[in-house]
Amino acid sequence: MSADLSSALLVAVLALPVLGALAVALLPAARDRQARVLATVIAALTLVVAVPLRWGTAESGWFGDGPPVAGPWALLDLPWVPALDLRFQLGVDSISYPLVVLTSLLTLLCCGYTIWRVPPGGPGRLLSALLLVIEFGILGTFLAFDLVLFFVFFEVVLLPMYAVIAVWGGTHYGPDSAEREPQRAAARKFALYTLFGSVLLLVGVLVLVTAAGTSSMIGFPRLDRGTQVFAFTLLLVAFAVKSPLWPLHTWLPDAHTQAPTVGSVILAGVLLKMGTYGLVRVGLGAAPQGAEVLSGALGVLAVAAILIGSLVCLAQTELKRLIAYSSVGHMGFVLLGIATMTATGIQAALLGNIAHGVITGLLFFLAGAVKDRAHTGSLDELGGLRENAPRLAGLLGFAAIASLGLPGLAGFWGEAFAVVASVQRGGGLWTTLGALAAFGGALTAAYLLRLLRRVTHGPASPAVSLLVPSWSVAGALSAAVTASQPGSGAGSDSGAEKPAVAGLPERLVPGWPTAAELLAWSPLVILALLLGVWPALVLSGTDAPINDLLEMVRP
Amino acid sequence: MALVTFMIAAPLLVGLGGLLLPSTSKARFPAAAFGIAAAAISLLCALTLLATTSRPISVGTTWISFGDLTVTLGLRADLTAIQVAVAVTAVALAVQVYSVGYLHRDERYAPYAAQVSLFTAAMLLVVCADDLILLLIGWEVMGACSYLLIGHDRSLPEAPAAAVKAFLVTRAGDVGFLLGIAFLAVHAGSFEIGTVLAGSYPSWIALLLLAGVAGKSAQFPLHTWLPDAMAGPTPVSALIHAATMVASGIYVVARLYPVFVQSPLALSVLGLVAAVTLLLGALAATAQDDIKRVLAWSTVSQIGYMAAALAIGAPGAAIFHLLTHAAFKALLFLAAGCVIHAVGSNLMSRMGGLRRNMPDVFWCTVIGLGALAGLPPLSGFWSKEGVIAAAAEARDGHGQVPSWIALVVWVAALLGVALTAWYSTRLLLRVFFGPVPAVRAHEPDAVPEKPAPVGPAFVGKPTYLELEAARRAKALAKTAVADEPDTQSELPAPRPLDPPALMHWPVMALAVPSALLGLVALLPDARADLALAAPHVSLSLILAIALLVAGAVPAWWLWRRRPDSDPAGALGRFRPLLANAFYLDQIQDHLTVRPVRAIAAAVRRLDESVVDGAVEGTGRGATGLGALLARAHRAPLPRAATALLAGALLLGLAAAILGGAA
Repeated sequence: MSADLSSALLVAVLALPVLGALAVALLPAARDRQARVLATVIAALTLVVAVPLRWGTAESGWFGDGPPVAGPWALLDLPWVPALDLRFQLGVDSISYPLVVLTSLLTLLCCGYTIWRVPPGGPGRLLSALLLVIEFGILGTFLAFDLVLFFVFFEVVLLPMYAVIAVWGGTHYGPDSAEREPQRAAARKFALYTLFGSVLLLVGVLVLVTAAGTSSMIGFPRLDRGTQVFAFTLLLVAFAVKSPLWPLHTWLPDAHTQAPTVGSVILAGVLLKMGTYGLVRVGLGAAPQGAEVLSGALGVLAVAAILIGSLVCLAQTELKRLIAYSSVGHMGFVLLGIATMTATGIQAALLGNIAHGVITGLLFFLAGAVKDRAHTGSLDELGGLRENAPRLAGLLGFAAIASLGLPGLAGFWGEAFAVVASVQRGGGLWTTLGALAAFGGALTAAYLLRLLRRVTHGPASPAVSLLVPSWSVAGALSAAVTASQPGSGAGSDSGAEKPAVAGLPERLVPGWPTAAELLAWSPLVILALLLGVWPALVLSGTDAPINDLLEMVRP
Repeated sequence: MALVTFMIAAPLLVGLGGLLLPSTSKARFPAAAFGIAAAAISLLCALTLLATTSRPISVGTTWISFGDLTVTLGLRADLTAIQVAVAVTAVALAVQVYSVGYLHRDERYAPYAAQVSLFTAAMLLVVCADDLILLLIGWEVMGACSYLLIGHDRSLPEAPAAAVKAFLVTRAGDVGFLLGIAFLAVHAGSFEIGTVLAGSYPSWIALLLLAGVAGKSAQFPLHTWLPDAMAGPTPVSALIHAATMVASGIYVVARLYPVFVQSPLALSVLGLVAAVTLLLGALAATAQDDIKRVLAWSTVSQIGYMAAALAIGAPGAAIFHLLTHAAFKALLFLAAGCVIHAVGSNLMSRMGGLRRNMPDVFWCTVIGLGALAGLPPLSGFWSKEGVIAAAAEARDGHGQVPSWIALVVWVAALLGVALTAWYSTRLLLRVFFGPVPAVRAHEPDAVPEKPAPVGPAFVGKPTYLELEAARRAKALAKTAVADEPDTQSELPAPRPLDPPALMHWPVMALAVPSALLGLVALLPDARADLALAAPHVSLSLILAIALLVAGAVPAWWLWRRRPDSDPAGALGRFRPLLANAFYLDQIQDHLTVRPVRAIAAAVRRLDESVVDGAVEGTGRGATGLGALLARAHRAPLPRAATALLAGALLLGLAAAILGGAA
C-alpha cells in the first residue's frame, strides 16, 4: 500500500466519526431513527477503513531496506502548531492496531444496539452522536504519535462520556426511577476523578516535551534518569486513574453501574485501555528508565488490584457493579504484565487488553439485557435465569467462563502469561507477585461462578419468572403477547404498547435474545473464541516494537 | 498423525457445534446422533492407532510466541497415550449411548451431549498434548465441562453448589499447576513437553504440579468435590470417574514422570497423600447409604492406588490400574444408573432383592464389584496386584522413595483391599439380595424422591415405580387412611426391571473388559507395552487375597444374621464419622470458604469506606471549603467597604515600600 493511501486512511479513520457525529446530531428530532441508522453506517465505515491499516507501510516501516525498525505501519505527519513545534502526527503499529479495530468494532456494535434500543433520558440520535465523538477521541489517542496530540485526544473523550452517563444513565425502574441524582453524581465523579488524572498527565507530558525539546514519540530522545522517574511517576498516576489501578479505581464502579449499557460497554471495552495503552506507548516509550525504577511499585499495586478487585466481587451484590469491579481485577493482570517489563509480559498485557475489552463488553451487554428484562440487578432478586431464559443464561455462562480465563478462550492468554512473565522476571518479589496473581485467578473463578449460581441457577425468582422462555411458550400463553420490550425508547419499532392479556402477568417479557441483541453480541462471542485459539491475531508483529521499547529500558 | 488430530477434532467440533443447538426435543435426535458418531469415530481412530502404532508419533507447529517463550500446537501419541485414549473414547461412547436412554425425557439433551463431547475432546487433548499450554487447555476445559455437567440437573437443589465446588476445588489446585508449568517453561525455555522433560528441576516445581494433580484426581485434601459431584446425572459420573477428569491427574504425572523422578521429596509427598486418600476413600465408602456415593468414595480410594503406584516408581502399574479402573468403574456407575432408574432412589436402604428383577444388571455389577475389590481373575485383581507388588519391591529399597514411605503405601494398599472387599460386598448384598424394603413402595416420598436423576425413564413404557405410584395414588384416593399393606404380598415377584436396550448394551459391553482386561498381564508382549512386571506369587499376593476374604466375609456374615439390616450398622459410633468422611468437608468449609467470604466482605467494606471514602471526602471537603470561602465573601456593605479600603491600603503600602527600596 502506498504511503499516501495509508495516510488517507488514517485521516479517514478520524474524520469519519467526528464529521458523522456532527451530521447525526444536526438531523431533526423527527428523523431520530434515521439518525441512529446513519450513525451505525458511519461506525461501520470507520471499521471498514480501520481494518486495512494493517497493510499500510510508511517510509519508516520495517519492510524497507536494512534491519527492521519498529516504526508505525502508516504515518501521517503534518505541521500543527508551528510556533510551538507541535506536529499532527498520526500512525498505527502493531501495538495500537488491535485496539483501533476493537474500538471501531465496539462503537459499531453500540451504535447498532442503539438503533434497536435507546435508554430513556435523552434523544437517541444524540447518544449515537456522542458515541461517535467518543470513538473519535479514543481512536485519536491510539493513533497519536505526538505527545501533546495524545493528551488532547485523551481529553476529548471525557465530556461526551460524562454526558452519556449523566443523561442516559441510571435505573429507570423501581422506587427511585424518577430520581436523577445517582447517575449525575457518578458522572461527576468520573469526570472530576479523570480530570485529576489528566492534570498530572498534562504536567507529565509537558515535562517530557520541554526536557526532550520535541513532542514527537518517534525517535524520542533518551532523557536523564531523574527526569524520566519524575515524568513516569506523573504519567503512572494519570494512567492508573484511567486503567484503573487500585487504589485509584473508585470512580469506576459508580460510573459503570449508572451508565447505560452502551456506555458501560465502551467504558470497559476500550476507554480503560487508554490507560494501559498510554502506559506502554508514552510511559515506556518516553520514560523507559523511569518505568524500570517504578516497575516494582506498579507490580505490587497491580497484584493488589487483582486480589482486592476479586475479593470485592466476591462480596458484591449488584450485577453491573460486580462486573465493573471485575474490571479492576482483570486490568490488574494487564498492569502486572506491563510491570514485569519483559517481552512476555507486555505481549500478555496487549492480548489481555483486547480480551478484556471483548469479554467485558459482552458481559455488560448481557448484564444490561438481564437488567432490562428483570428490572433488577440485585443478585438477591435474580435467580433461575436458565429456567426462563435459557439462551440468555447460556450466553452469560459463556461470557463468565471466558472472563474467568478458561484456557482456549480469549481471557486465558493475558492472565496466564502475566503470571508466566512474573515468574520469568524472577527474584523473590516477582515470584511472589506471580503466585499471588495466580491465586487471584482462582478468586476470579470463585466470584464468576458465584455470579452464575446466583443469577442462572436455582428456581426462577419472582423478578425472573416474568420472563417467557421461548416463542412457543409465549404463544402457548397467549397469541396476543408481542415481542415488546420494557422501557424501549422512542422510535423503536418494537416499542408498541403491550396489550394486557387476561390471565397473564402484565409485564410479560421475552426471555430469548432478540435478533438485534444477537447481532450485537455474536461478534464478541466469536472473538472471545477466536482470540482463544488464535492469539496471533493480536500479537503478530508486536515483538519488534516491544523489543525496541525494552532495549531502551536495558540498553 | 492425522488420526490423532481427527480423534480429538471429531468430538471437539461436534461439541462446539452442539452447543448451538436449541434446547428442545426436536434437537434431541441430531444431538444424540452426532454425539454418538463423534465418540465412535474417536474410538475407531484410537483403536486403529493402537493396532498400527509401534513408535511414538508426534506433530507440531508454532502457535504463538510470548517474548522468547514459544507455545507449540503439538500432539504426541505414544503407546501409553493411545491406550488411555482407547479407554477414554470407549467409555465416552458407552456414556453417549447410555445417556440417550437415561436422559430420555430431558429436553436439554442437546447441550448435555455437546458438553459430554467437549469433555471427551478435552481429555483426549490432555492425553495427546505435547505442549504444556495445550495440556493446560484440555485440563481446564475439562474442569469447565465438569462444572456444566454436574450442574445439568436443574431439579436438584444441591447440583449448582456441587458444580461450583467441583470447579473451584480443582481450580484451587490449578493455581499450583499453572505456577508449576510457568516455572517449568521458564527453566526449560520452552513449553514443549519433550524439551521440558530433558531438564532438571528443583523439588518444589514438582510439588506445585502435584497441587493441580491433587485437585483434578481428588487426592487428599482436595478430594472433597468428588462425592458432591454425584449431583450430576449418573452417566456423567461414569465419565468423570472412569476415564476423564480424575484419571487426568494420574496420567499427567505419568506423562511428566521425569520431572517427578528427580524429586524424592515430591514422590514421598505423593506417596503419603496417596496412602491417606486410599484409606480415607475406602473408609468413607463403608458407611454411605447413597449407592453413588459408595462408588464415588471408591473412586477416591482407587485413584489413591494409582497415585501410590506413581509415588513408588511404578507408572506402568498406575496406568494399568487406570485402564482397568476405567472399565469397571464405568460399568459400576452405568449399572448403578440402571438400578437407580428402576427404583427411583439413590439410597440403598430403599433397594434390595433386585437380583431377580434385573439379572443382567446384577451379573454385571458382580463383575464390576469383583474387579473393584480385586477378585481373581477379574481385571482389578491384576492391576491392583501390580501396585501392591511394586510397593513391596520399593519397600525393600528398590525405588526412588525412602523405603518407609513405600512401607506406608504397601500397608495402606493392603488394608485398602480388605476395606474395598467389605464395602463392595455390602453394596452387592444391600442392593441385589435380601428382602425388598417396605419403604420402597409405601413411604410417600419414596417415589420419586429425587425426580430428575430418575425421571428420564425407560423408553416408551412407564416405569415400574410409576405404575406403583399410580396404583398407590388410586389406593390412597379410596382409603384416606394409609393402612400399611404388606409389601411382599402386593409385589408380584420377580417383575423384570432390566433397562432398555440403549442402557443395557453399554453395561453389557463394559462387563467384558472389566472381566478380561487384567488377563493381558499374562501376555509378555502386552506386559512390555504396559511396562508391567510379570505377576508372580508372593507374600503380597497371598496377603492381598487373604485380606480380600477377611473383608468380604464379615460383611456377608453380618448380613446373613439379619438380611434386612445394614452391615454398616456394625460400625456403631464411628458410622457418622465415616459417613461424613471425617468431617473434612466441614473443616474445609471452616478453614477456607468462610474465611475467604469474611475477608471479601471486610475488603468490600474497606474499599467502600476507606478508599472511596477518601475520594468522596476530598470532594466533600473541597465543596465545604468552597462554601466557607463563598460565605466569607458574602459580607454586608460596611464590612466589605472596610475590607476593600484595608486591601487598597495594604497594596499601596507594599508599592511604596517596594518602590522606595528599588
